[in-house]
Amino acid sequence: MSADKRLTEDDVVAELRDGMTIGIGGWGSRRKPMSIVRAILRSSLSDLTIVSYGGPDVGMLCASGQARKVVYGFVSLDSIPLEPHFRAARQAGTIEAMELDEGMLQWGLRAAAMRVSFLPCRAGLGSAIMENNPDLRTVVSPYDGQELVAMPALPLDVALLHANRADRRGNAQYLGPDWYFDDVYAMAAERTFVSCERVIDTEDFTAHASEQTIKVSRLWTDGVVEAPFGAHFTHCVPDYPRDEALQRDYAASAKDADAWAAFRARWVDVPEPDYRRLAEASLGGAR
Amino acid sequence: MSDAPTLAEICVVACAEAFRGDGEILTSPIGVIPTLGARLAALTFEPDLVYTDGDALQLGAPVPLGDEHAPKIVEAWMPFGKMFDVVWSGRRHVIMGATQIDRFGNQNIACIGPWARPKVQLLGVRGAPGNTVNDPTSYWVPNHSPRVFVPAVDCVSGVGYDRAAAAGPTASQFHEVRHVISNLGVFDFETDDHSMRIRSLHPGVTLDAVQAATGFELVVPDPVPTTRLPTDEDRRLLRDVLDPAGQREGEIRT
Repeated sequence: MSADKRLTEDDVVAELRDGMTIGIGGWGSRRKPMSIVRAILRSSLSDLTIVSYGGPDVGMLCASGQARKVVYGFVSLDSIPLEPHFRAARQAGTIEAMELDEGMLQWGLRAAAMRVSFLPCRAGLGSAIMENNPDLRTVVSPYDGQELVAMPALPLDVALLHANRADRRGNAQYLGPDWYFDDVYAMAAERTFVSCERVIDTEDFTAHASEQTIKVSRLWTDGVVEAPFGAHFTHCVPDYPRDEALQRDYAASAKDADAWAAFRARWVDVPEPDYRRLAEASLGGAR
Repeated sequence: MSDAPTLAEICVVACAEAFRGDGEILTSPIGVIPTLGARLAALTFEPDLVYTDGDALQLGAPVPLGDEHAPKIVEAWMPFGKMFDVVWSGRRHVIMGATQIDRFGNQNIACIGPWARPKVQLLGVRGAPGNTVNDPTSYWVPNHSPRVFVPAVDCVSGVGYDRAAAAGPTASQFHEVRHVISNLGVFDFETDDHSMRIRSLHPGVTLDAVQAATGFELVVPDPVPTTRLPTDEDRRLLRDVLDPAGQREGEIRT
């Protein structure tokens, strides 16, 4: 009998530990595994290092105080360029930051995926990230003397991804125009949990889409969570667009502690089935 | 066309001019006016320029800005993973924004104040470090002021000429900050020490006004050229094809 990797969000959280380094797939406010992020917010997990092309995943974990350190190339809500909760945390000095060039971040994940301690690149030379990350080193090529940044591997304890579809064995399908670096996060991680809009039978992957959309193989996944509206309020095209109205409410909730508490009570501290109904209504404009 | 061109139209043309001579490379313009500039260049004097929908699709023909339902001719697929391949290969010219920029073209989009604990956290460095040491980079500043054109930036995101030189030949090998386009004029670094020079001023902008809006001394050519005005064809393309909704007029705050 082949493995059935289906889990719930709470099962995933039960596999996490204080102090872990967690990579979160997607990009900005696009296809983020928000239902798992919300489950982390409802847990007592703390002291986390988050590695992400960040959006509200990073912002919420900053707002909850559970992120101790964030490794990022940017943190943005896309249609709202600056992530207000992340911004507040940086300005208050409540998180440690490793700020990288966007290309370097995926390069560090690739190094981890290859189990090498660094990969060389030109990106970073001359920029402030060399000063702001004093542990970064350069390396001189043994072939022609080129001096390059030695981007250190960014190994992850866990990667969290959200896909459009997955099967129960843990293969994941991406139906939108970009799967971002989800496959690289998975390869850089000890363990990977994928949430998805719908768990389908393996033979149905290619019923309506090409085999090239099955981007993450079960070789790299440890659990599958069926999570309809699991990326909401970030977008999960073609299943649904970003919920811009709710994103605006989320951004406004960074105003003060009361505003965040009110947002959290309505949109975080709720059981998933209730959340899905709220999300569907909100996306439909009924709020 | 009988009416006078708008400042936004002049800035679009100035952005387009940044791509002159680029040939078959990928343009990655950030913002409305740079996006229109790249597409205008592609429709006029740089027909082989490559551009995307701002997302993962490389387009075979421009779509009207802001029209989400316009049919797209997709000529290639350009997800972010491919985009990094392009950046690191040198086949790209980006026009980025700049919260701050200094006389040698160092740019900041990351934060205001000390990076360790910023007064204002902005985007982070995004792709600026890699863009600037791998490909030609230009900047678009819609609000030219001494707060943007500063003696020294708070966090070097995009690398300028002095920092690229100091970082060694691997950093400077492919480094080029080409143009800075603002609401007042166009600036370049074609000077002996690569300090910022006025390339042209937009019609009606005086030397005193631009110097007063700049936090360091600009190199001034004699005479000071005036920025090229849009041709009738440029304006027709902007109004009828590229930006019928007129989004270009909303980006410059006056």
